[in-house]
Amino acid sequence: MSKLVVSSIGPASSVQDGGRPGSQRYGLTPSGAMDRLSLAAANALVGNDLLAAAIEIGPFGAAFTARGGAVRVGLAGAPRNADIGGRAVAFDGTATLAEGETLNLGFARGGSFSYLAIEHGIEGEPMFGSLAVNARAGLGSPYPRPLQSGDELKTQAASGAAERRIELPAATDAPIRIVFGPQDDEFAEENKKLFTDSEWKISATSDRMGYRLEGPVIKHLDGHNIVSDGTVNGSIQVPGNGQPIVLMPDRGTSGGYPKIATVITADFGRFAQISAGRPFRFKAVTMAEAQAEAIKFHQLLRSLPERLRGIEDFGLNIEALRDANVAGQAVSAIDAATWQVAVP
Amino acid sequence: MAETLAPPRLLPSGDSAITVEFSRTIDDAANRRVLALDRLIAAEPIAGITETVPTYRSLLVHYDPVQITFDALAEQLLARAAKAPPSESGTRRWRIPVTYGGEHGIDLEDVAKALKTTPDEIVARHVAGDYRVAMIGFTPGWSYLSGLEKFLHMPRRKDPRLLTPAGTISIGGIQTGVQCLAGPSGWHLLGRTPVRTYQLHRDPTFLLEPGDAITFSAVDAKTFAEQDRAAEAGEFVAELVTP
Repeated sequence: MSKLVVSSIGPASSVQDGGRPGSQRYGLTPSGAMDRLSLAAANALVGNDLLAAAIEIGPFGAAFTARGGAVRVGLAGAPRNADIGGRAVAFDGTATLAEGETLNLGFARGGSFSYLAIEHGIEGEPMFGSLAVNARAGLGSPYPRPLQSGDELKTQAASGAAERRIELPAATDAPIRIVFGPQDDEFAEENKKLFTDSEWKISATSDRMGYRLEGPVIKHLDGHNIVSDGTVNGSIQVPGNGQPIVLMPDRGTSGGYPKIATVITADFGRFAQISAGRPFRFKAVTMAEAQAEAIKFHQLLRSLPERLRGIEDFGLNIEALRDANVAGQAVSAIDAATWQVAVP
Repeated sequence: MAETLAPPRLLPSGDSAITVEFSRTIDDAANRRVLALDRLIAAEPIAGITETVPTYRSLLVHYDPVQITFDALAEQLLARAAKAPPSESGTRRWRIPVTYGGEHGIDLEDVAKALKTTPDEIVARHVAGDYRVAMIGFTPGWSYLSGLEKFLHMPRRKDPRLLTPAGTISIGGIQTGVQCLAGPSGWHLLGRTPVRTYQLHRDPTFLLEPGDAITFSAVDAKTFAEQDRAAEAGEFVAELVTP
């Protein structure tokens, strides 16, 4: 049996998959990947189920060593310097680690989370149908906590298949789209306008529960307490200090602050990838637009296996390299720094 | 009777969830309507709904926008809300043991002082209550109960504690609650229960359902310790009382 051993890893790195919805009525948060599209792309590369468990790697560097045989991996999400024993590894591509070889990953650039999928998946005991780590509830497998050095992720030996790349839509730094509600009537029109007209930054204190935003103070019409009601990924609640918090996959399932708006499904992963301190904006869209985008997003996920290409198709074709850039992050697709490392 | 009920407000929670709001305040009648709609959706499913989350005053309905649009779902939800009878059927009643005060309920004396009475009186009144699980939320198994008598209503602490113990029984505002996991809380800690409302690898994993009736029974610290060991081994400890 092959395994990937964690040689070194920063905080905020854990095994994540499509999450465990279905028990929110009991207070069990779904967890799951912050950026689903990048998780799915990493899995598609190595032929796994699109929402299978993979390693979600936070902004800091990490290193993994193959033991017990070769291990084949797929890498997607926020790009980083990546090499195996000095041999450059492309993002949005696969690589095979021979027994004893180490994959070294640098800091995330132009994003926060990268996804390392392992061919044949990660062996573990599903809890509520999921391996996703939710440390607070003691859930997750093979470890119910963030990954640490020395952890072992068991899998089957690499297939020896040819290495691949995946063509993803070009990245965009367009505004993050929202639909107002469910409690936007707790805010005056001028404050809703302030919310969409202003530039925001994500605070460094953000985590998988929530991203704290820094920007103008959003005032409530009538106090900041509501009787708790349900939350979703992307709920934007406004606590007493007027600085919104966007709820992320480890959110509480209910909350007692008014929620001015919700990030749309299609933009949630892109929002999750915005680095702390990087300015961005919101844009309100109609329900019809949001739902049309959600359907397009689901179609994009399903199309990922058709977007696989042999590495020879990429060559030094600049257009293809640009198209192969990650979609799950708010950076310019034509910023050379984000794709140069993708050249093998 | 149904025609006298005001229709709920349907509020968008993004492109994949609708909040069906029956009231903006804590209100037992609204909560009964929330749970009635929840049961009706379970009995007569609507294609595209992936999950429902009942709260005090609203039902959060998660759905798949690939299968059903906001407008189509809203229409069906309004139709169901109009016919969902706000009555309870087959209510389960649990008796939950609690050891009050001391290290297990560090706020009991302060609560008694604030309410100008004795700790014994607080315990007697809390145990005498007939409660209902109005919602479960925030963290796994955290059960918010309605039915706290007015005498025991108390504003939340100004300074929430960052870590309160698993099994804490507390009061906050007009509610009392059973906390399962250790975590932050701004409520006043009266005692602790050995009951695990959430326990992995136990069947069922979640003990309580929204709508369940709850009474508390006072036990001493020694009984608590014994029952805590039994609960750790997977026993319910909570007693299912025949209605």
